[in-house]
Amino acid sequence: MTDTLLEVKGLKKYFNTPRGQLHAVDDVSFTIERGKTLGIVGESGCGKSTTGRAILRLLEPTAGEIIFEGQNIEELSDNTMREMRRDMQIIFQDPFSSLNPRKTVSQTIMEPMQIFNLYNSKEECMEHVLHLMELVGLAERLVNTYPHELDGGRRQRIGIARALALEPKFIVCDEPVSALDVSIQAQILNLMKELQNQLGLTYMFITHDLSVVNHFSDDIGVMYLGKLIEKAPADELFEHPMHPYTQALLSAIPVPDIHYKTERVLLKGEITSPIEPPKACRFAARCRYATEQCHNEDPEFREVTPGHFVSCLRLGEF
Amino acid sequence: MANTGNSSVSDLQKKYKKSGMSRQVWRRFKRNKTAMLGLIIITLIVIMAVIAPLIYDYNEDVIKQNIKEKLQAPSAKHILGTDHVGRDVLARIIWGARASVFIGLAAVALAFIVGGALGSIAGYYGGRVDGIIMRIMDIFLAIPGTLFAITLMAALGKSIPNLVIALTISTIPGFARIVRSSVLIVRDVDYIEAAKAIGCKNSRIIFQHVLPNSLAPVIVHTTLSVATVILTIAGLSYLGLGISAPMPEWGQMLAEARNYIINPKYTYLTLFPGLSIMITILALNLLGDGLRDALDPRLK
Repeated sequence: MTDTLLEVKGLKKYFNTPRGQLHAVDDVSFTIERGKTLGIVGESGCGKSTTGRAILRLLEPTAGEIIFEGQNIEELSDNTMREMRRDMQIIFQDPFSSLNPRKTVSQTIMEPMQIFNLYNSKEECMEHVLHLMELVGLAERLVNTYPHELDGGRRQRIGIARALALEPKFIVCDEPVSALDVSIQAQILNLMKELQNQLGLTYMFITHDLSVVNHFSDDIGVMYLGKLIEKAPADELFEHPMHPYTQALLSAIPVPDIHYKTERVLLKGEITSPIEPPKACRFAARCRYATEQCHNEDPEFREVTPGHFVSCLRLGEF
Repeated sequence: MANTGNSSVSDLQKKYKKSGMSRQVWRRFKRNKTAMLGLIIITLIVIMAVIAPLIYDYNEDVIKQNIKEKLQAPSAKHILGTDHVGRDVLARIIWGARASVFIGLAAVALAFIVGGALGSIAGYYGGRVDGIIMRIMDIFLAIPGTLFAITLMAALGKSIPNLVIALTISTIPGFARIVRSSVLIVRDVDYIEAAKAIGCKNSRIIFQHVLPNSLAPVIVHTTLSVATVILTIAGLSYLGLGISAPMPEWGQMLAEARNYIINPKYTYLTLFPGLSIMITILALNLLGDGLRDALDPRLK
């Protein structure tokens, strides 16, 4: 029996541009189980961040359903949605722009508690702030410092503490480590993993770093040009990538062994325009297996083996 | 750590107390000597305006004509001399500061509130709201400020409230523009999205997150606006559209003295009101420039 926390059905987010509609997220569907992590990978501009923001309704989706604990949050009024935010939070990519430079560490972490009146007194709030700071590994002496006095890793810890302040069930992690030094990345990832085990959090982990996602996720979804093209349990995806794009991505992971020769699948050409895309496989223009059919038909996202979803027309032919 | 007692929590806050943002700004401002000079001059002028009634009596020293003592050169009795109807020039300059300072501050404060509100609404909501508000502001901006104030004064009639209204209206568009542009810069920053994600209402986002971070250029603009407005008051009064006759005002003193401007003997009649205007405007500009530097966090 599976315990689904979040179900996304046919999520679309289009932006109007002078040259037509930009399909940033086009018909994306997936589910996330409680306590699990769904990793979303893809190159820049493929719609991963937009998906994350649309799920939290930080961007209003153009179409689709977002069902969180059995409730379609798309239908909620602004006020009810504000209540829902207690359960769904976000950690941002850039720890430098995601913190208000005029607020101290404790003010930033305390703000969500004050908005929802979680505690009776300021003293009580402060206790929880200190508790959260300890939880995310920030020294107590930093309570009254301003973000610009701290390094990227510490700032990201503030961002995490702020997200945890409302004791959410679900957190969208929008490339939380990509702006950090490699040495700090591991620290933050371990912290997030620990917090997940400790607090039973469910993550949607957006990244472009495949080695990070493998280490971190239970399921992995691969996005290309606004579409989810493959989704499978992490091990399964790494062992049996089915979509040509996923295969190319995985072959690009560097292996730290000079004697080991991988066969790199090199992609030709550039990513095609997401503005008014034709009804075809989005990847067809760069796919080495593409046929006439691929250019005329939009492949369906279907379950090939249990838990492994792919959208490719020529599946199994190569 | 979680079970620390209440007392130690507040102790903690005290123990790690840091100098706030405003204190850091002040520290940077203090280092700038010309800006400090501007601040000192402005403070003196404001103090002068406030305590004017304690130094000179309005009816006796400022507006009472004394033909016997007319057009006297500066002396011990009349430090800056007397004008064409025998009034003490120094008394009139000190009282004149009241008109400039109080009307100037009132007009800029009103313009700050109205223009600031219009600008933040336009910048935060964008789209059609932005279009409508800013096009109206553009229409106002198309007319030169002083000319606009002259037109309004001519239409509304000469009185102090009307003067404030005219000055306010001609200052609003500038505020709306500058607030809008700084709000636009801040609006798309991640921490605004973060504020939305933790459940902030729009009003809280504007007042807690957008405005404090977009205030720096607005503060600078405010200082410089006071200078412009004081200059406009002087200009209007010179043209006879600002402050009415017996009440002293620097521009109006210049207007009254212009008949004597050819005779070098009476230089002091135009020199001192002119200097007052110049020094005030200069000091406000120095202050504005100093604030601009002090508020820029990159110059830490």
